[in-house]
Amino acid sequence: MTEGPPAVESHRLTKRFGRQLAVDAVDLAVPPGTVYGFLGPNGSGKTTTIRLLLGLVRPTAGRHALLGQPMPAGAGRVLPRVGALIEGPGFHPYLSGRDNLRRLDAVDRTADPAGTGRRVDTALARVGLTAAAGKRFRAYSLGMRQRLALAAATLSPRELLILDEPTNGLDPQGTREVRALIAALAREGATVLLSTHLLSEVEQICSHVGVMHRGRLVAQSALADLRAGAAPRATVETDRPADAARVLAGLGLPEVSTGTGTASGMLAGIAPEKVVATLVHDGVPVRGFTVAAPDLEDVFVSLTGEGFDVSG
Amino acid sequence: MSAVDRSVRPDLRFLRSELWLIFGRRRNQAGLGVLAAVPLVIAISIRIADPGPGSTDGPDFFASITDNGLFVALAALTISLPLFLPLAVAAIAGDTIAGEANVGTLRYLLTVPVHRTRALLVKYAAIVIFAVTATLLVAGVGLAAGLALFGGGPVTLLSGVQVGLGDGLLRLLAVCGYLAAGLCALGAVGLFVSTLTEQPIGATIAVVILTVTSFVLDSIPQLEWLHPYLLTHWWMSFGDLLRAPVYLADVGQGLLSAGAYVVIFWTAAWARFAGRDITS
Repeated sequence: MTEGPPAVESHRLTKRFGRQLAVDAVDLAVPPGTVYGFLGPNGSGKTTTIRLLLGLVRPTAGRHALLGQPMPAGAGRVLPRVGALIEGPGFHPYLSGRDNLRRLDAVDRTADPAGTGRRVDTALARVGLTAAAGKRFRAYSLGMRQRLALAAATLSPRELLILDEPTNGLDPQGTREVRALIAALAREGATVLLSTHLLSEVEQICSHVGVMHRGRLVAQSALADLRAGAAPRATVETDRPADAARVLAGLGLPEVSTGTGTASGMLAGIAPEKVVATLVHDGVPVRGFTVAAPDLEDVFVSLTGEGFDVSG
Repeated sequence: MSAVDRSVRPDLRFLRSELWLIFGRRRNQAGLGVLAAVPLVIAISIRIADPGPGSTDGPDFFASITDNGLFVALAALTISLPLFLPLAVAAIAGDTIAGEANVGTLRYLLTVPVHRTRALLVKYAAIVIFAVTATLLVAGVGLAAGLALFGGGPVTLLSGVQVGLGDGLLRLLAVCGYLAAGLCALGAVGLFVSTLTEQPIGATIAVVILTVTSFVLDSIPQLEWLHPYLLTHWWMSFGDLLRAPVYLADVGQGLLSAGAYVVIFWTAAWARFAGRDITS
């Protein structure tokens, strides 16, 4: 992780559309050099937050900075160093993929006109679109369009990439390639803010995560910390689950439940060996015993589902 | 010096890119083709019909065509002015912002970043260039077809005085400039309407309706008090440039009116666009 100001920082960023509060006092802090998963169900305010960050939408309240530059005042200086994919690809349908990139390069005041061809070809090659570069955008498949959007986001060297659902519409192979591309960009030193509703995506490539729910940022931390914060779950395999559950509850394990031939509970600071010893001592036959860290889905549900009132 | 270079040169790139979007698009090329066909149809049909001198009751220019090919250009401009030329400019102007919003390129354009004021300036410059090009195209094709089919020679002006072909060409150029100014005013209205919607066709239709309404209101004598303020009222005054001596009062009013429309509607477009939430 590199030193410096947060790549993205917002302070009580708020956007109200009419009576609807789309983004509610969001305090983002994306450490430089990280891949930050911006996680939330559809409609939770992720895209509006991204539009706010890029200056497309004016905040109702709050402020934010990109790469240490206050926005929107610093937009002219900072946005050339930021690549973005916002709510899907947007290109001129009757221009080819290459011509669409040339167009974006032409309007960039910071781009050296002499390097256009090289930049466009490099960006196309990086996303595997070289062969289809001359085809009209209209004829592109959804996956090709998504790749072209990524090529546009990486048209010039970027310090920050803000990618809204970059694997949307891609087949499994394309999804793997895009994730590998994001990982490669991150290795080169770019900070990536990746918005997604896919938990697996966050688990695979993100080091940090922020969870949006109904316009609010309900959690934000390093992924490891978020997992560590949630207690692991112990599961006993037995032919007498009811007795096992009684023992677990007696030990003080919260959220005890029983299944077919199993009983389980959260290991809230209780040593697993003590659980096993007590089970055996109380005459409950133990056929198997597992301790599993909670997967991200459990954490996510606890943050946005039942746990919402607590975290809110 | 280098600071000036940096700020000016990339804007020419932006403008070139805009012109390339406009003139490279097949729809617009077809539109320009239609505009070029107007003088050709006039020249060829009159050549074929070959009416005797003074045998037609058409507009002045039509009667003069067989005497001098230059009048094909003027006749074509007159025919194109109520609909074809405004329609072409409305299609381009309506597309400026709404078209980009419609295909989703506006959000990417602005995050390149392109400052919103700069986007409006460059896009309006492209409209102006298109309006001038369209006017010159009609006049140029008309001139070429007219000279080829009917020949040139001294030009008999509307006031009956004859001037040389060179003088006549200069006057034709002045007419083109004057009409282009009117179309640029229309383009500013189109730019403004284009910031109001994400449907480019809707913006174009709105501008065409505005133009037609302006022509209609201009033809109702009871509304005479309103006429000087109408967008299209002064357009037909271009005939004054074909008198000897040139009568400049109405043409001056026309240019003033066009300038006022440009300032008011460009500013309105800016006021609307500069602070707008881009949710397209």
